[in-house]
This record gives sequence, structure tokens and C-alpha cells, in this order.
Amino acid sequence: MSLADTLADIRRRNDWALLPQAVPFAHMLGLRVDVRGESLTCVLPYEPSLIGNPVLPALHGGAVGGFMECAGILHMLWSTDAQSIPKTINFGIDYLLSCRAQDTFANVYVVKLGKRVSNLRIEAWQTTPDKPVVVATMNLLMR
Amino acid sequence: MNIPHDTTAWARFLAISPYTARLGIEAVAAEDGGCVLALPYRPDFVGDPDNGVLHGGAVTALIDTTFGFAVYFRIREFRPMATLDMRIDYLRPAKPGVKVHTRAHCYKLTPELAFVRGCSYEDDLEDPFASCVGVFMFTAGQPSFTAKTTLP
Repeated sequence: MSLADTLADIRRRNDWALLPQAVPFAHMLGLRVDVRGESLTCVLPYEPSLIGNPVLPALHGGAVGGFMECAGILHMLWSTDAQSIPKTINFGIDYLLSCRAQDTFANVYVVKLGKRVSNLRIEAWQTTPDKPVVVATMNLLMR
Repeated sequence: MNIPHDTTAWARFLAISPYTARLGIEAVAAEDGGCVLALPYRPDFVGDPDNGVLHGGAVTALIDTTFGFAVYFRIREFRPMATLDMRIDYLRPAKPGVKVHTRAHCYKLTPELAFVRGCSYEDDLEDPFASCVGVFMFTAGQPSFTAKTTLP
């Protein structure tokens, strides 16, 4: 099944739990999506193989960064009628706090939805959404 | 603990990080103040199932890991530090089906910070698919690797 068919199927059934399966890397990470009303939260369930520094221990910055890039893409597949994966132009990430060995959540804010380029702000948190551990900015080329 | 010069010796430190080991990130070369690491192509690293292009998130892990080791090669020790920020520009999609490399160097050190830049490419350094910069902050915490660390 092509991506467009998979997306059409998810949208028709309104079954967003299937969304991470549309992106192999998101599926590999074990990413889940939680849609409540008009908002989508992405979840990276804790897994020992996501650890970067086993001494602290802390999640690998690349694992959390990759999760947030996935969250940005999945958010656009959910909030628009995109038929294909938007292309990432760039991704900038600021690590505010060390990510503990526990579940991580990400919320995506579409700062600008453009015909050609969209700008997203992505915030990852572990305790409450108002205490982000990592924030990121992403520009996407919309096809 | 001093960082070993020999690639096979420092390559073993990559496997201490479970996530790096899970992705199969490999040591390729140690350079003066920097290094080259590689990420194998695997179907579950794909970001766009229509064309098999790697997900940026897989490349992010390769870049973060390469940056960290670039700092170690500049200071020649495993000093505890944390990634403060990174910025990656995707110049073009990575070619599907092939291993990708990241080459990075630490170009500036201060007592508290290390500035790193690099690029990612398939096999031609002159034709990168991503360009990246990052800043690391030295911390008081425990490093991932210590003299007591048992190598896997």
C-alpha cells in the first residue's frame, strides 16, 4: 500500500494510532500518538535501548531529537491533507535539561502553515508540558 | 582517561551507548580534532516509504554522536559534557540504500563550551546531503566513559 493510500485509510477510519506505522523510523522508535480533541501529543515510550549515557542515565540526544523530528512530520500528516512526507529543510534543537530514563512527550506548534514552507516549534517534556526538556524548530518544504 | 588514537580501540566506546549500538553507528576514522562515523542503511531507518530516503532523525543521532567524539578528539580525553544545541540543514535527500557518513571537527574551545561543525555524505565528502553545527557544554557530571568503564 502506498503512503497516500495508508494516509487515506487512517483519515477515513479516523484511527490515528496507526499513524506511526506510516513512517518506518517512527515505528522503529516505538513512537505513539495520542489525539485528544483538537490536539495531538506524540509519545516516546521509555526503552533501555534509547539510553545515550548509561552512567546518568540519560536518553541519547539523538534519540530525543529524532523523536521530535518524527513528531513534526506526523503532526503535519495529521493536521493537513498532505499526501506525502514533507521534506525537512532544516532542524534546530536546544537541549534544556538532561532527558531522564522515562517516557518523553512532544507537542508541535505550527508557527506558520505555508503553501511552500511551514515552520514548526516542537517541545518535548517529561513531567508537565510547561517544563520542556528539549525544544526544536523545523522548516518543512510542503509538496 | 585519554582517548585512544587507534580506531579499533575507540570504536569500542561507541557501543557503551545503547542507542548508538542499536543504530549500528560505526567508527570510521580519527582525525586531528575530529572524526568520521558512519550509519548503515536499514529499512527501519526510512522516513519516506515512497522513496526509501533515510529519516532525518536517524541522521541526527549519527551527527550528535560524531560531534561528541569530535570534541573528545580535540581535547583528547573523555570529559563529561552535554549537547547544548545542534542545527542541521538538509541540502538534499540522502541516497537510499547506502551507508552514510558524518565528518565533524571541533573548531573552537572555551573553558565551558566546545563548538563543532561537520557535514554528512554518502561516499563523497565534496557532495554532502547535510550540513551541521553544534555547541557542547562541559558539565560537572559523570562522563559516559570512565577509567572504570568495562568495555563491552
